[in-house]
Amino acid sequence: MANPISELGYKALKFVQALGNLAAFTAAVAWAIVRPPSRFGGFVRELYKLGVLSLVIICVSGLAVGMVLGLQGYHTLVRFGAQQSVGELVGLSLIRELGPVLTALLVAGRAGSATAAEIGTMVATEQLNGLRMLSIDPISLVVKPKALAMLCSTPLLTGLFVLCGIYGGYVVDVGLMKGDPGSYMSGLRSAVDFHNDIECCLLKAVIFGTLLGLIATFRGYNSEPTSEGVSAATTSSVVISSVSVLLMDYVITALWGV
Amino acid sequence: MVPSVNESEQGRQGLQANAAAQAPQQAGQQAVALDRVSMSYGQRRVFNSLSCSFPQGRISLILGGSGSGKSTILRLIGGLAQAQSGRVLVGSEDVTHLSQGGLNVLRRKLGMLFQGGALLDSYSVFENVALPLREQRRKNPAEIGTEVRATLNAVGVSDADDLLPGELSGGMLRRVALARAIIGKPVILLCDEPFSGLDPLTIRRMEALLVQINRELRMTMIIVSHDIQSTFRMADHIVLLLGGKVIEGTAEQMRHSQQPEVAEFFSEGTEIATARGAI
Repeated sequence: MANPISELGYKALKFVQALGNLAAFTAAVAWAIVRPPSRFGGFVRELYKLGVLSLVIICVSGLAVGMVLGLQGYHTLVRFGAQQSVGELVGLSLIRELGPVLTALLVAGRAGSATAAEIGTMVATEQLNGLRMLSIDPISLVVKPKALAMLCSTPLLTGLFVLCGIYGGYVVDVGLMKGDPGSYMSGLRSAVDFHNDIECCLLKAVIFGTLLGLIATFRGYNSEPTSEGVSAATTSSVVISSVSVLLMDYVITALWGV
Repeated sequence: MVPSVNESEQGRQGLQANAAAQAPQQAGQQAVALDRVSMSYGQRRVFNSLSCSFPQGRISLILGGSGSGKSTILRLIGGLAQAQSGRVLVGSEDVTHLSQGGLNVLRRKLGMLFQGGALLDSYSVFENVALPLREQRRKNPAEIGTEVRATLNAVGVSDADDLLPGELSGGMLRRVALARAIIGKPVILLCDEPFSGLDPLTIRRMEALLVQINRELRMTMIIVSHDIQSTFRMADHIVLLLGGKVIEGTAEQMRHSQQPEVAEFFSEGTEIATARGAI
């Protein structure tokens, strides 16, 4: 009996230690962000890698999700004679929940995994130790631009995802189901409230972007300096980011009020 | 083709310009000393109460079997690893008790050549070598450009400014890493296996380059190596780690040592060379 209990205790201690390390890492990144140098060049480079190179996957996914919502919504609403509310359904679903959450999950899978793998490889090949020996703080030079780029790109990608989704719903409702374009757009406009919906969407996107940036860089930065360690860091970065996003989504929704 | 070090007149001038900036050092003093240092990785004890020293302005080579803690000594000196007990003295400063700020100041006196180069993958050769100067923010871009090119010429790498580390051969990679390590004019250069994976000709060129830097800049060098031939060619001082014991001496003293374990260690290398010759 002692072994499972001690194993549980060991795992609990490791978990608490990891939380403490993440808190210390977050403080170090925050300190690096507020003090010079700004690393603007590195930030722009990372914004391109994490944001611009994610555009295609975000647009295609947003379009597909919007089309599915339009199709499912139409077939459900038409039973109650409420097919003119497809725009409202698509818009609210995307802006309140699906836009920020699915964008965050896609960013975690594409940009988050790439970030964790890149930093993990830098650990394994002693590039970060090389910087330390040059009296250069790796958190300032490597981590800060990546975390900031993730924080800034996630809300922008979320906006793009939502727009593509709304367009996808429009294509299905108006183009395929011969719905009324005016009803789609007016339903959307009347249902979406700036404070309750758009602000909440942006808040979620900013919080998710912060989480994704911190988790991906933290996992890469603390990976074991082996190929197996890099692989484990990449996998855990995606898993932890995804679960954190889903849990945080519930917390924000509950606090904000539906 | 990588130009020979001695062929590069511009390179020599670059090194001599750096040498002029170096403070004169007295030979005979200890640049680095380890005093009763104990070190473990998890459950594995690397060494227990190890003491050794490295003379100023000389080339010291650390030899020993695999897992004897040779690279760990360099990491302790650079503050990249923390000893469980004992002192690691660089000049008069004990690395084991330095804060992060103190370590950063100390590391400006140190250069380190890592086994794999440790150059930033996404930076070009020029950007990698310029990085320490840019971070110090004491020079304008024109001055940085001039100094980077002089240092690259000094190590025998020219016309490679825009290449990425992944596009370089093993020998060129080490030379670029060496240029990055010495551009900040360190007092002590730590080299971790600078010859591993290189062909014999490139090894000789790398040896010549390190000796030239040592003689012209009077830079203290601490080199970890497995290559016994290189050791005898270039070492002023040898630190041999054998079964937890430390044996120090000059190359001549080691070559003619009467201690059985030392004689056995060095004879293994010659036995293999003899066997290869016989084949």
